[in-house]
Amino acid sequence: MAYSDKVLDHYNNPRNIGSLDKSAPDVGTGVVGAPECGDVMRLQIKVNEKGVIEDAKFKTFGCGSAIASSSLATEWVKGRTVEQALQIRNVDIVQELALPPVKVHCSVLAEDAIRAALADYQKKQQAAVADPAAGAAAGEATKAV
Amino acid sequence: MKNPIYLDYQATTPLDERVLEAMLPYFREKFGNSASRNHAYGWEAEKAVDQARAQVAGLVGGDAKEIVFTSGATEANNLAIKGVAEMYREKGRHLISAPTEHKAVLDPLKRLEQEGCEVTLLPVDRYGAIRLEELARAIRPDTVLVSLMAANNEIGTLHPLAAIGKLCKERGVLFHTDATQGVGKIPLDVDAMGIDLLSLSGHKVYGPKGVGALYVRRRNPRVRLSPQLDGGGHERGMRSGTLNVPGIVGLGCACALARAELASETVRLTALRERLWSQLRAGLDEIHLNGHPTERLPGNLNVSFAYVEGEGLMMGMSELAVSSGSACTSASLEPSYVLKAIGVGDDLAHTSIRFGIGRFTTEAEVDFAAQRVVAAVQRLRAMSPLYEMAKEGIDMKSVKWSPTEH
Repeated sequence: MAYSDKVLDHYNNPRNIGSLDKSAPDVGTGVVGAPECGDVMRLQIKVNEKGVIEDAKFKTFGCGSAIASSSLATEWVKGRTVEQALQIRNVDIVQELALPPVKVHCSVLAEDAIRAALADYQKKQQAAVADPAAGAAAGEATKAV
Repeated sequence: MKNPIYLDYQATTPLDERVLEAMLPYFREKFGNSASRNHAYGWEAEKAVDQARAQVAGLVGGDAKEIVFTSGATEANNLAIKGVAEMYREKGRHLISAPTEHKAVLDPLKRLEQEGCEVTLLPVDRYGAIRLEELARAIRPDTVLVSLMAANNEIGTLHPLAAIGKLCKERGVLFHTDATQGVGKIPLDVDAMGIDLLSLSGHKVYGPKGVGALYVRRRNPRVRLSPQLDGGGHERGMRSGTLNVPGIVGLGCACALARAELASETVRLTALRERLWSQLRAGLDEIHLNGHPTERLPGNLNVSFAYVEGEGLMMGMSELAVSSGSACTSASLEPSYVLKAIGVGDDLAHTSIRFGIGRFTTEAEVDFAAQRVVAAVQRLRAMSPLYEMAKEGIDMKSVKWSPTEH
């Protein structure tokens, strides 16, 4: 299978690889997929007081298209508000990276990862409102981390 | 060095120049039909085919008359399995094989099952080998055929053919072996090993694609087959169709070359394989050999690189032509059924790479490949959440994953 130039670019020069402090109250972590399925994505976002995602990091176990999809996802969420980030759809990723049908699931996983990270962040914020001291501890409860 | 470096010799092999030279006249002036009995063109073609028959028999044992030319190993397997099942229907309808066989064996068996036959797939151990006791137990009065491959195409594991053949002979059951990967790579002798039917293919032994052969024993016992192609009655009635003379000449020549070079190539390829394996182990932790450490094809190395997905890895070493047991390389999204059968978990199956070393592989190529693999695995592990978790001491099995629907 030939890869699109954009997939190759993200694979060879992945944006935003790395980790954020998953216990920090302003960090949301999403881990989706499973090793048995051949792909696991971890996407993390750091949200500032204005509700804007100011940083995003990822690590991915998967094929080139999975790596490219998550790399692109981190690029796209940066600078967006939480609400705006929720608008990102897998079809946008498919289009941008010109993914073939067999690789569509990589884009689905990337969308899932964004949503899981946002949900984790929101859960921490709600926990912090209910009990400010518990805000940080909630981070430990994120699934699959 | 050529780019990309070809390390996929179990998929196919390049045509040896000497084979091509032998074939060319049969595309040009020596174009005759080997079935033309009344003129020199036909005689010339028939003579070439007879010589090829002797060359094939020279490599696998048996007599030239026992070689039936086919379009390849898939057809040879179909002819052997369906041909025996149909011909010996009165004796019984039970066949024995193993789950690690090639699809060209498993799918004909599946079809026979749909048509009322019963198939027993023997369990295999963690290396992909069957146990003789299990085979002995599985053979019944109505068993007509045991089909077990000489060498596995993915993990290279060898079956103890002589012991299997002896057992089959004692129990009066025909023994077929798909020797596609073994022919020309390991010593084979249909008589010494008690093999009644043996499939082989041209393009796996530096011959052309589109040609293969089935060895069919003529005495002790005389194996009869129900033909799968009806027509002019070529190949003793077992395989009708005008013979592919240039292809057959190429197959014969390839077998003769393989026979002459088998001993020295075995030593050379085993050394190259071990060189690659030791360099990979020196450069990386958490890598696992799939298949048997010693009872394997000289030119096969199958390795799982934990925490790095196979297709993603291949993309990172585009200077190498290898293959992977990862789901992502196939349309089905299922990882290798061979690795599954030997108990490799889906997680590690997704990280497997098969390195196939062959006649034209050099030491410099192996060294370069090892260096590229180590670098690519290190780069991808640095971006693998699983590797990070493993380094933190998290047990992957205890993690609650969220598999997505593919």
